[in-house]
Amino acid sequence: MYGMGILRGLGIVFKHFVDSYLDDLRWLGNRYYNPEALKVRQGPKAQGIFTVQYPEERLPTPEEFRFIPFLIYEEKDGKKEYRCTSCGICAKVCPPQCIWIERSNDPKTGRPIPDPKNFYIDIDICMNCGFCAEFCPFDAIKMDHDFELASYDRISAHIFDKERLGKPVSYYASIRPTNYAREEKARAEEEAKKAAKAAAKPAAEKAATGAAARPAPAAKAAPAEKKDDAPKSE
Amino acid sequence: MALASAPSITELKLDREFPGEVTADTRKGYSGYIVKPEKLVEVATALRDRYGFNYLSSATAVDYLEQGQMEMVYHLYNIQAGGPALVLKAQTPRDNPVLPSLTPVFPGANFQEREAWDLYGIRFTGHPNLRRILMWEGFYGHPMRKDWKEAYYEEEGKPFETRWPGGQVYRAEERNPFGHNVKYPEGFTLEGWTEEAERAVYAALPTGGTGETVEGMKTDLITVNLGPQHPSTHGVFRVVVTLDGETIVKLEPVMGYLHRNHEKIGERNTFIQNIPFTDRLDYLSSMCNNFGYVLAVEKLMNIKPPERAEYIRVMMAELTRICNHVWAIGFLLNDLGAFFTPALYLIKERELILDVFEAVAGSRMMCNYMRFGGVARDVPDEQLAKIRELVHERLPRAIDEMEAYLTHNEIVKSRCIGVGVLSTEDAIAYSTAGPVLRASGVAYDVRKAEPYGIYDRFDFKCAVRYNGDIYDRYLVRVDEIRESLKILQQCLRDLPGGEIQTGKPQYQVRVPAGEAYGRVENPKGELGYYIISTGKANPYRYHIRAPSFINLTAFGKMCEGHKIADMVGILGSIDIVLGEVDR
Repeated sequence: MYGMGILRGLGIVFKHFVDSYLDDLRWLGNRYYNPEALKVRQGPKAQGIFTVQYPEERLPTPEEFRFIPFLIYEEKDGKKEYRCTSCGICAKVCPPQCIWIERSNDPKTGRPIPDPKNFYIDIDICMNCGFCAEFCPFDAIKMDHDFELASYDRISAHIFDKERLGKPVSYYASIRPTNYAREEKARAEEEAKKAAKAAAKPAAEKAATGAAARPAPAAKAAPAEKKDDAPKSE
Repeated sequence: MALASAPSITELKLDREFPGEVTADTRKGYSGYIVKPEKLVEVATALRDRYGFNYLSSATAVDYLEQGQMEMVYHLYNIQAGGPALVLKAQTPRDNPVLPSLTPVFPGANFQEREAWDLYGIRFTGHPNLRRILMWEGFYGHPMRKDWKEAYYEEEGKPFETRWPGGQVYRAEERNPFGHNVKYPEGFTLEGWTEEAERAVYAALPTGGTGETVEGMKTDLITVNLGPQHPSTHGVFRVVVTLDGETIVKLEPVMGYLHRNHEKIGERNTFIQNIPFTDRLDYLSSMCNNFGYVLAVEKLMNIKPPERAEYIRVMMAELTRICNHVWAIGFLLNDLGAFFTPALYLIKERELILDVFEAVAGSRMMCNYMRFGGVARDVPDEQLAKIRELVHERLPRAIDEMEAYLTHNEIVKSRCIGVGVLSTEDAIAYSTAGPVLRASGVAYDVRKAEPYGIYDRFDFKCAVRYNGDIYDRYLVRVDEIRESLKILQQCLRDLPGGEIQTGKPQYQVRVPAGEAYGRVENPKGELGYYIISTGKANPYRYHIRAPSFINLTAFGKMCEGHKIADMVGILGSIDIVLGEVDR
């Protein structure tokens, strides 16, 4: 019969309409502002209204999410020690060429030293591809999760310098726990290998036991447990 | 299936078939044949009529600055039998480049030759409407030429020395203030300038009265502009139509409003730097764009990704296809007047897939996921579980619901059936691809015709419909979603463990000299990358055969004789993305 297709379609609209109320009932007033409900609402079993009440509610950011790089520093005796060695790989691989690195020279010899004097990223140009983080051999630059960067003035606020880019390693461990754990494990293994090599010479035995005794960080290293600078210090 | 048993073109020796007119291309790393320009039309006609190469997929120019040559490269396919491309090349001196137009033989060459004229300055004799297409009429110079320097030119290739080891910070506009970055012809004054662009657009359209009378009233042809700012054009796209009453007499698409010279940027980039740029072509299906590009470069590098990476690639490409098609269907319904209810029901499903992309690749749309010889990251187990749930339960149900909602709706049917018909012959002649081609009764799918990756291992059908109207384009998309789900289910069943990258990831790859054409079946049609490497860090030529762009060649043909209100639906059924059309 002519018109049945339209009626059937309207039936589906009606089903969606009813579903949105049913799902409200199912959560008994807890459907919004409730992380448990948000997970279901946004998962493969989602039913009813699909919107998120941003900014009061936020979608959880997955670990791999990438937005604007930051530089990792380690805190030692209140001083920031950047992992960056100003090797320039990030600047060379950057597709829109938004990274500038000012190298520093040793004041005595005048030769370049592996510590950037300054480090700039023009976030207007950055395309969030994540190549810099992917190819950095020192795990010194990583992609951030902070995407709320709107400002009133792009001229003064949108070229980030080393100070603005720097974030502690504990922050990195908190936003990317599994990546962090994997990298730390690899580094610990690397150290252990080095130490084992050194242990072949009897004089370096002490260093070897030190490395072996240090356990690899657990899969979900809490940011409070600061095991991060351990492999470097040995 | 006929497509599977493609005849080998290696047996076909064109230099023997056309002695003296065609010679094999013997440059190192190159293949195909070089045709004498004056014989080009003759050879192409013979190939079309006698050898079955009836589909001109891609036509593009290359500027060999050192040799003083311009070269047009044509990729021809046998659409019935499938199989690899027959590559024809025609050379012409750089200082006065003229070639015969292939548009009379293959109407699908129309826009591509206009593009070659626009960006390379090759004149095509016999072309019906040789105007600029991406730049505006009156633009000075041909921007893809090797000696052309763009407004913020820095160096021939990235990485730029000012960033490393230079290290000074500046903004492009500081160094080159507004107005100082444009090239003008010699003796140019702004006072004496008149705008050619608009006049040129209308010059191709018929004007005046038709002399027809409707109930005693004399009617005039009127010209109407739709766009560039028009919600139904899916972006900044403009359509100039000549109307007789409400009926379209002639339609002229005007594009280039989003042109950013993507190919020039690509030639300044190093090979790996192009991967995130390909995301920005058809930004609704970035995974598939990545796929085509890495395939082309892998051909040159002669590497293969490990098994697991192959499966992951196919999985991501098929998820992207579903995303793209539900989007296309949703917005087709928007164009037909069903304001956003169907679109949002479908976007909800797409959103769940994008969540997977975000967790795996790091970004919902700009995935930047594939690498030469692998993929960037492994798929975590919890995401695999999610994909499994989507593919086996949620998405099939959603598609069933969508079909129940739309397919038999009388309004949809009356707006779609018999509207925008493209015959089989026209679909092939106009080089359309993807759902547009398959809705016109041509069972041609690159995944079947010339399987790339591991597509030959999966059991799926090439969706095909035979009426060539909006309704069939819609149905083909629905069929394709179902086939994609089938592929995904097989993928998830067979997904092996192991490595995801061949060799160590490198930030600068060595690509041997030569040419390669990598093509994939993008959701919108055949996406091809024509890449020439000279062994340096940057590609010498980086061309994209953009399916949306070439599908638009047939747009005028589809609309002729229809009402202007149907034009919006027809455009929606082609499914264009302006990021790819304008590049």
